[in-house]
Amino acid sequence: MNGVHDLGGMDGFGPVEPEPEGEEPVFHAAWEGRVYGLTRLIGRLGLWNLDTARHARERQRPADYLARSYYESWLAGLETQLTERGLVSPDELRSGEASFPAPAEVAARAVRPEQVRAAPIMTTRYTRPESAPPRFAPGDLVRARNRHPRGHTREPRYVRGKAGVVREHYGAQVYPDLSAEGVDEGRHLYSVRFEARELWGESANPNAAVYVDLWEDYLEPAS
Amino acid sequence: MPDNHRHDHDHTEPPSDIELRVKALESLLIEKGLVGAESLDALVDLYEDKIGPANGKRVVARAWADADFKRRLLAEPVEAVASMGYVAAQGEQMRVVENTDGAHNLVVCTLCSCYPWPLLGLPPVWYKSAPYRAQAVADPRGVLRRFGTELPEETEVRVWDSTSEMRYLVLPQRPDGTDGWDEERLASLVTRNSMIGVEPARAPEEASVR
Repeated sequence: MNGVHDLGGMDGFGPVEPEPEGEEPVFHAAWEGRVYGLTRLIGRLGLWNLDTARHARERQRPADYLARSYYESWLAGLETQLTERGLVSPDELRSGEASFPAPAEVAARAVRPEQVRAAPIMTTRYTRPESAPPRFAPGDLVRARNRHPRGHTREPRYVRGKAGVVREHYGAQVYPDLSAEGVDEGRHLYSVRFEARELWGESANPNAAVYVDLWEDYLEPAS
Repeated sequence: MPDNHRHDHDHTEPPSDIELRVKALESLLIEKGLVGAESLDALVDLYEDKIGPANGKRVVARAWADADFKRRLLAEPVEAVASMGYVAAQGEQMRVVENTDGAHNLVVCTLCSCYPWPLLGLPPVWYKSAPYRAQAVADPRGVLRRFGTELPEETEVRVWDSTSEMRYLVLPQRPDGTDGWDEERLASLVTRNSMIGVEPARAPEEASVR
């Protein structure tokens, strides 16, 4: 979707305002840590994946997305997914008290403390078997397709229609556009280099480039 | 920030709307057996206290001190950092990009907030903020200037937009005047920001005054 989350190249947000490193807490309030932890743990129940979770945050109304703090957005995304899947009801969210149980087979997958504490810590595999040979190889000139899918995608607007050069083939990896819809399929993934002037025009400093990871469906050959 | 947390009270006063909302969600999910209270505490503690930029600092320091480790880190970063015990979510796939006299690297996630958690912990607010995500790809030198980093015109800036599940870590240049330093001393010069790429590593004289 052409969502508000796709921020690369937008103007008007004002300058970056860093807090001094070393003075910034990991969580700026206790509730942020709880939202982070709940999102991670619920995410391990096998009900949805990283792409559906991202898409739930991206589907917020644009004004809400920009006005909410980072963990407020996470909370909104988590509540959206929990209610959409029928795991909790809006009434339960208000009261904090359960009026119906969770399916036993889902609760049986709840993350145990030892899974949190010992390496590998809650890791996920993103590579998939290659069902076809890669269409592109390092050094190939490619163009990011001018796609505007209505669902989730990881092809940022600022590269669409732009030409670049394949730097590396990362193998077949889970394809976000389908994964967000619950369909698990692999597609070849590439690291592609775009020159700054190709992306941003003549006013850009020419001595810069942006590397973007793009799935094969996002690319076409360029000449 | 929205106006749902009005600062007409001090923080020993009753909890805000969002605190209540999160508390309600937490007790609901625990009651339904979807989240274990002990797992939740353990996870929050882990990212508050243990998984943070100190891991990345040790990795960079080792790469500076040990040429063989540096070769492994650049060639097979996941395996190299696993040998130091860093195996966790958001580090399943990584590339380490090396700063040189000719090229300076900068990492961003324009679409969300992707970041190499096992080595840097959770990202700072500015990394997740709209200004950084918007500007890092379009005006990287302007962003670097906000951090006091001015690069020579002939240095190429390479921005890495984390659009997939590949995570990027910048290997900053080893500061001059550190010959013979051991890993622990070298690690004191590595900053989180230098591993995102917005700043160089500290110079030895800078570290001694801090």
